[in-house]
Amino acid sequence: MKTNFKIFLKGLIDVSPLMIPVVPFGLIFGILAIDIGFSPLATMGMSLIIFGGASQIVLLQLFSGGASSLVIISSVGAVNSRHLLYGAVVSEHVSDLKLFWKIIISYFLIDQAFARSNEYFKKNNHKNKYYHLIGGGVTCWVIWQTTTFLGIILGSAIPEKLGLSFAVPLTFLALLVNDFRKIINVIVIITSGLVSTFGYNYIPYKAYVIVAALTGLLIAIILTKIIKK
Amino acid sequence: MSDWALIIYCGLITFLTRFSMIAILKKEMFNDKIREVLSYVPSAIFPAIIFPAIFLENDELIHLENNPKILAAMIAMGVGIFSRSILATIFSGLASYWFLIFVV
Repeated sequence: MKTNFKIFLKGLIDVSPLMIPVVPFGLIFGILAIDIGFSPLATMGMSLIIFGGASQIVLLQLFSGGASSLVIISSVGAVNSRHLLYGAVVSEHVSDLKLFWKIIISYFLIDQAFARSNEYFKKNNHKNKYYHLIGGGVTCWVIWQTTTFLGIILGSAIPEKLGLSFAVPLTFLALLVNDFRKIINVIVIITSGLVSTFGYNYIPYKAYVIVAALTGLLIAIILTKIIKK
Repeated sequence: MSDWALIIYCGLITFLTRFSMIAILKKEMFNDKIREVLSYVPSAIFPAIIFPAIFLENDELIHLENNPKILAAMIAMGVGIFSRSILATIFSGLASYWFLIFVV
């Protein structure tokens, strides 16, 4: 069996290409939060307590738009509902662990670490494989906190014209590179994309993410049934 | 509600969405069928973040003309399909986006 540290390092290495776009994402978050009127301490607090890029950006967007606290919290919940599915996927691999480790793993269960560790978990079956997710999560944590801090300090020194926010969808696109070749996946991707784009303005409480995801999953279930027969 | 209370509630709900399934589900509940459906989770969720970020503008309207993000994303996707490299996908996307907004 590999040592915990080696698996941790493997997680770090596997997730590191995905950390490049996290840098501009973190900077943008720091800049925006200060711009909207949060104190530097509260901005750092968001990255430390929430530790979720999409949630934090949604919080800022709605806060600056004057939404009520209840709408903000439920929208953050809706955007985060994808984590329910990540948790469902990961739970199989960590169900024997102590509560303490489940809590630690939950804090680090972010998109990038989930995507990379999910691939690792499928191929490896040693007891301490969860260190892979912690390795990926900690790596992202360090970068997220550092870039939030830099965003707070640098502020408007970074030109908006660079269009750094484009790095966000690009990260998620890169996470799907292995799925573009499979026909069911492609249909699911297109379905979810269309539902979210057209539902963005019509589905209340920013629930478009989970509505699109569930529609995509439903299509996946139907297609796998048809194709298997 | 104070800023800090708002931040803590948002943090709590984020944590709970990550933790609840891990806490509730047990290994015995999984079979091959469920595993297969769950394998489509990334394909079902990520486009819901990708598409609106590419196709919708700040005014939240669908924006197809003069939108360099669409072409840049398609180039990135093409590179991703052939290279299967996360790094190449991200770099080609950012490079073509910058080329389109600064050079073309």
